[in-house]
Amino acid sequence: MMNFWGFSIAEARVIDYDKNDKSLAEMLAEEMPTTRLCIGCGGCSATCTAGNLTEFNIRKLQMLLKRGETKDLRDQLHKCMLCGKCLLVCPRGVDTRKMILFLFRQLSEQDHNS
Amino acid sequence: MSVIIIGAGPAGCEAAYQLAQAGEKVELIEQEAQPGGNLNNWYQLFPDRKSAQELNRQLILRLEHPNIRLHLGCMPTKIDRREGRFEVQLNDGALLTGQALLIAGGFQLFNAHRKEEYGYGIYENVITSVELENFFTNQRIQTSTGQLPKRVGFIHCVGSRDEKTCNFHCSKLCCVTAVKQAIELREILPEAEILCFYMDMRMFGPGYEEMYREAQEKYRIKFVRGRLSEASENKAKQVLIKAEDTLIGKPLKMTLDLMVLMVGMELSAGSRQLAEMTGIEKATNGFLRVKDPHFATNETNQKGIFLAGSCSSPMNLTDTLTDARSAALTIREYLKHIDL
Repeated sequence: MMNFWGFSIAEARVIDYDKNDKSLAEMLAEEMPTTRLCIGCGGCSATCTAGNLTEFNIRKLQMLLKRGETKDLRDQLHKCMLCGKCLLVCPRGVDTRKMILFLFRQLSEQDHNS
Repeated sequence: MSVIIIGAGPAGCEAAYQLAQAGEKVELIEQEAQPGGNLNNWYQLFPDRKSAQELNRQLILRLEHPNIRLHLGCMPTKIDRREGRFEVQLNDGALLTGQALLIAGGFQLFNAHRKEEYGYGIYENVITSVELENFFTNQRIQTSTGQLPKRVGFIHCVGSRDEKTCNFHCSKLCCVTAVKQAIELREILPEAEILCFYMDMRMFGPGYEEMYREAQEKYRIKFVRGRLSEASENKAKQVLIKAEDTLIGKPLKMTLDLMVLMVGMELSAGSRQLAEMTGIEKATNGFLRVKDPHFATNETNQKGIFLAGSCSSPMNLTDTLTDARSAALTIREYLKHIDL
């Protein structure tokens, strides 16, 4: 990055929806249609043990994924303890735990292939 | 000609009066000892804060029309159709006949015990929106330990939009009811902190959004976007709640002195029974299915059987009364064209 006289050009914070790669979200929706049903109520993240102790936020994570913002996914996913409390709370019946496992598998496959 | 109406809540009362005014004979059946239905449990109406009992009195007064016969404390035990007429057997032995049947069996409120994780019936300071209306009627708000609540939380969508309770639908009215009740509560408790926990604020009616705005501006009501995951109780009998503050993206915990559950609407047990007796179909939301959502909103899959009010979907009073008038018109049109 250019840095003249102490000034630099920051990377834009905007979600660049046109450029972002949403293929993982599409695969997820195909494999697990219930993940389409989230209304963002936050019931899952309210009850989440991992979310109460760390930055992990399952609601936000899946929303970022849907927008193609997958950067955080890799750092965050392993914090889930698969306790399944989110599953009990969800008013839309999203299979949250299976979603985590699916994403785990996809990411490790990607790592394996690269 | 005569029309049999089952249910003397606002919809049944209004339809009865409209049909009576048009010259039809009306047999109005009500299972309770008095007409009015769920309106009997309400203190003030949104958005104008009209006295619910004043409106109730107006509706009931009109039942004195000479064309209306009111059967209180009665339930149909048998409904037959014979040569184009309906024969309704009542539990008191009476046999009523009519050319058309109007079902106005209404709704019942969600049984909050079913949402066990919110602690209704387990924790002392968890109440429902209906109980709060009763508090307003008596102008007495206090916690189970006899204190004035310093912090009160309203929980939206209890038994609505929740597949865990098998209620997929939005009950529509709870959002604006919460706003109305929060305002009423503020007038009684000027110093308390009052919060609404919502998933979406659905201010669908005229004047509702204005009321929401006024609640924020004039009445200092706070709104948190997040659905409660669970509640617990401490030694002081306060309610501890957990939700995510979704607009911040962090889990939130809070202690409430009083928690109000905004219970949703379901088809009433009476309406359900009538549907079984008459073969009326139910829609996926559990309410009775209308023949067409645009052109035949009061007709059913059964010829001669009509619907009015909240037995076909959650409705506010404005829509219930309008629907009842529409049902009366539809029935008059039907009576004109049937062959006897």
